[in-house]
Amino acid sequence: MNEDLLRELTPQVLGVLVRRGIEFAAAEDAVQEALLEAVRRWPDAMPDDPRAWLITVAGRKMIDEHRSVSARNRRELQHHFEPDPGPTEQADDTLLLLSRCCHPDLTPASAVALTLRAVGGLTTAQIAQAFLVPEATMAQRISRAKRTIDGQPFARPGEVTAVLRVLYLIFNEGFTGEVDLAVEAIRLTRQLAAPTDPSTGSGQGAKAEMDGLLALMLLHHARRAARRTPGGELVPLADQDRSLWDTAMIGEAVAILQGALDRDALGEYQVQAAIAALHDDAARAEETDWVQILEWYDELVRLSPSPMVLLNRAVAVGAADGPMAGLKALEPLDPDLPRYDAVAAWLQEQAGNVTEAARLYVVAAGKAPTLPENNHLLKQAARLSRT
Amino acid sequence: MAKYLLLKHYNRTSGPDWLPGTNVPMDQWEPDEITAHVEFMRTWADEMAERGEFVDGQALEPAGTFVRYDGEGKPPVTDGPFPETKELIAGWMIIDVDSQERAYEAAASLSAAPGKGGRPIHEWIEVRPFYGEPPVVTE
Repeated sequence: MNEDLLRELTPQVLGVLVRRGIEFAAAEDAVQEALLEAVRRWPDAMPDDPRAWLITVAGRKMIDEHRSVSARNRRELQHHFEPDPGPTEQADDTLLLLSRCCHPDLTPASAVALTLRAVGGLTTAQIAQAFLVPEATMAQRISRAKRTIDGQPFARPGEVTAVLRVLYLIFNEGFTGEVDLAVEAIRLTRQLAAPTDPSTGSGQGAKAEMDGLLALMLLHHARRAARRTPGGELVPLADQDRSLWDTAMIGEAVAILQGALDRDALGEYQVQAAIAALHDDAARAEETDWVQILEWYDELVRLSPSPMVLLNRAVAVGAADGPMAGLKALEPLDPDLPRYDAVAAWLQEQAGNVTEAARLYVVAAGKAPTLPENNHLLKQAARLSRT
Repeated sequence: MAKYLLLKHYNRTSGPDWLPGTNVPMDQWEPDEITAHVEFMRTWADEMAERGEFVDGQALEPAGTFVRYDGEGKPPVTDGPFPETKELIAGWMIIDVDSQERAYEAAASLSAAPGKGGRPIHEWIEVRPFYGEPPVVTE
């Protein structure tokens, strides 16, 4: 039994049903039952076309489910399962299903959970484990999300922004469980970005950003082995052992990013990927091309002028034009921004203001939203106080 | 999504004054009022679970002991350093919610548990965020 195949087919089959107008929750139940049937039967008799087999069986399960409804409804339902869609529709189905799971009416947490369940094919238990909540709570979160989107007007398949944001969230939250959510996010993004026929589905801009997000994920994932010490302490980018970076993955990501940029439809994920690529390109931290990175940050500010982008830009200004310029770039920003004090501390240290830097590292540690950052910042303060 | 610990500071001898009529110890409530209180707690947890926000929760026995290492060969147990101002933490909940605002809202609703005469007890709920995991993308 090929588990990977089933997980790959699950969202496709669900997407077909949803596109044919079947209610989301009912479609999902039917797909789950079809999967169980596949687990039972395929070891003895593998169908020639597993995807078509699953669609047919899921359809039959739904019809069984609706035995009590009127004959007219039943005929309509049967109509949904003929004929089989051609291959060009497959990509649209994945996007459609993702759009549904990332509906704007859902909270980010609900959208993430539903996406992992319905598109990722993870079990509720696995998702609950990844988020460190009881399985019953996660089951409620998912069924609540399904109730929220059922009966809602369809999000247009072209609206990929919400989908990309949810995939980015899954990747970026750094969950550490039995299920590797970073890998899962990459798998889903790859699936979304895979189709290349420009005549169907999303436009150039959407495709470019899908590729941009995939590249961004890969460029960061490539550094994973270097990001923590064996004891779990954070290793900042500048101090990472770059021989641990996955150069093959970086190579793949750069090629994907290049393809995206060639589409001439720049978006924030492509720009973030370009920044990550410039970091990944430096054999040593001192060789980082900060001038070019700063140019990309200016582009990012133009595309998405969020306070966090401006904060990260201040770091780039500090590295490219010197700490005083960096501190000046920091001035107009709100000091209550998460990690503002950490950036200020680093810039002050670069400027040689050791006492002020040490003080700010302590302040930053007190406000750190995660324990590894808290520990890291306290160590910076301790290092400066000792000198 | 972030986790918060809600600490129920049931009893206290410090902080702002009790609201009038709410500082009656539980042993002076009517039995039905105790039932109503317990029922409220159960329903609150059920509703949080139904929203997909409940992680865990336990009530604590009132009696606790302060323990610490005091050097080799010294007894490790004491009655605690603050016998006169001892606070009673009656229990705790862990919730997993979308925002700090939502955590405050949930804590406030928990604090509305009925007490003597069916009036809300207005107990203090301390809201403490959990540390999360560092994000992957930091630049």
